[in-house]
Amino acid sequence: MADPLLKVEDLKVEFPTRRGTLVAVDGVSLHIDPGEVLGVVGESGAGKSMTGNAIIGLLEPPGRVAGGRILFEGRRIDDLPYEEMRKIRGRHIGAIFQDPLTSLNPLYTVGRQLIETIRTHDEAVGETDARTRALGLLREVGIPAAEARIDHYPHQFSGGMRQRVVIALALCANPRLIIADEPTTALDVSIQAQIIALIKRLCREHGTAVMLVTHDMGVIAETADRVAVMYSGRIAEIGPVREVIKHPRHPYTVGLMGSIPKVGQRREKLTQIEGTMPRLNAIPRGCAFNPRCPKVFARCREERPDPRPTPGGAVACWLNAAAGRPA
Amino acid sequence: MIAFVIRRLLQSIVVMLTVAFVAFFLFNFVGDPINNMVGQDTSMADRERLRQDLGLNDPFPVRFATFVGNALQGKFGVSYRMAEPVGRLIASRLPATLELSLMAASFALLVGIPMGVYTGLYPKRLSSRFFLTISLIGISLPTFLIGILLILVFAVLLGVLPSFGRGDVVKLGWWSTGFLTASGWKAVVLPAITLGLFQMTLIMRLVRSEMLEVMRTDYIKFARARGLTDRAVHFGHALKNTLVPVITITGLQLGAIIAFAIVTETVFQWPGMGLLFLQSVQFADIPVMATYLILIAFFFVVINLIVDLLYYVVDPRLRIDVQIRAN
Repeated sequence: MADPLLKVEDLKVEFPTRRGTLVAVDGVSLHIDPGEVLGVVGESGAGKSMTGNAIIGLLEPPGRVAGGRILFEGRRIDDLPYEEMRKIRGRHIGAIFQDPLTSLNPLYTVGRQLIETIRTHDEAVGETDARTRALGLLREVGIPAAEARIDHYPHQFSGGMRQRVVIALALCANPRLIIADEPTTALDVSIQAQIIALIKRLCREHGTAVMLVTHDMGVIAETADRVAVMYSGRIAEIGPVREVIKHPRHPYTVGLMGSIPKVGQRREKLTQIEGTMPRLNAIPRGCAFNPRCPKVFARCREERPDPRPTPGGAVACWLNAAAGRPA
Repeated sequence: MIAFVIRRLLQSIVVMLTVAFVAFFLFNFVGDPINNMVGQDTSMADRERLRQDLGLNDPFPVRFATFVGNALQGKFGVSYRMAEPVGRLIASRLPATLELSLMAASFALLVGIPMGVYTGLYPKRLSSRFFLTISLIGISLPTFLIGILLILVFAVLLGVLPSFGRGDVVKLGWWSTGFLTASGWKAVVLPAITLGLFQMTLIMRLVRSEMLEVMRTDYIKFARARGLTDRAVHFGHALKNTLVPVITITGLQLGAIIAFAIVTETVFQWPGMGLLFLQSVQFADIPVMATYLILIAFFFVVINLIVDLLYYVVDPRLRIDVQIRAN
């Protein structure tokens, strides 16, 4: 197998606060191959977005990478000086954020924002050429009447159209990896599928790899090649999408799958995982999931399970270590 | 857009008429103007004749109409104290005040905005905290005290700058300017700093808090994620978004600078309108006071009009709304 495009090794993200240091991401290891779509799922606060932000080097202070390494195309990027990292952002690693309504600067036309980004990464491009390229990008992301729309301001676009503009902006410099942080969460359900399809198509055409952060298992099933399930700052389970969905090994993944209502199944109540994820300052001893786990046993409350290999992936659960796959 | 301007102009006229009415009231309720004009030994008959000649016996609305009509033609009556037309008196003092205000406002903006941006971008740096502490002094010390302190240090102890007056002025038509001589420039330094210091600190704190706010927004994060340079992010995207509130406050403060130049002009014996006004108050020179009142109101109205128009230049969202309403 070729070298992975992105390799995250034992990443640890900390937030120093007055009441002690909170560990938001704790020992996350993953990799993304060129052109691959890696889905990252988990509840709010599981550390999904934090991992994404750490990769593009935009953790909000006082958050910081406290341990581990991030390698992009074999080069370590987590300890680069700010200016070096800036050149990688947008040029090699693009990003799409959750809310298209607030991702664009309201005071500039979308054309200006596109041209600015294109020219930042390719200084040889003149204003006219950049505009031509911006028009091409707008057409590519499916903005109708791009010639007229290029001079419009963000507030003149609908939410779905704005997210298309955001995608065009992220693709400006043809990055090899895009971190898409809940790109559809803020959109209408009817638009979500369009946007996902668009991201999928564009990335296939450009050969761009995607780290798709979401809490929507359905989106993952449809889009991703592999999936990482995060819980409380750690990866609970990672593996090929088909494998993880068909044979979830971690009880948390089982719970996640179970809580998606299925068409044709009559149920009085929706299935849910009891309880909530622990707060960062109150992570229990042993496995972080143990207070909510239906299959908890003594060892789970004492020792923290490390990821163990499974076919094509890994799972961090004592069940897997002891007797293989849980029933 | 034009409808908006016309509406604002009509509002301005109402404001000006109201102020004129108040100014006109001064004549009626602050002493008897005849007493102020004639000696003690003038007979009652002479007084009555003068009253009749000056139209003081006319009904109130007629007198007010005459007053407004005269004011529109630039006839503001004759100063009791100087026995000179008020229009000419004010015109001879206006350049001094406007030049001082211009310098004070430039100082406030050219120092306040960069310091605000700096302290907003790097709130934790020692230098930022130092600037903030200094700005507290600027906000809390009264203007006359700052003036006196500056005179003490730069005029008395160091002897580098003059402590009073405008220096040599050059006549350009009816306008007398101090900007064409070295002594004129030297003379304006201390008064301008004194007058502008409060506004400078105010603008600095305003820009700072707006910057802090804007730097947290998604579009700034997205601009960073696109790999834009710090310069483009800070000055192109962030600063422009702080401008609307800054323009509002700056406009109001510019009016305040002109109006409240009184104290500074007194401390530095600056031959401007403020000094004229103060001397007029001591002599109950009502025509001068009334004219000053109207003129200051006029400045405020004009500045506010310009501020409102600037909003449209800065914020495209307002422009579009107007177009929609116009259609």
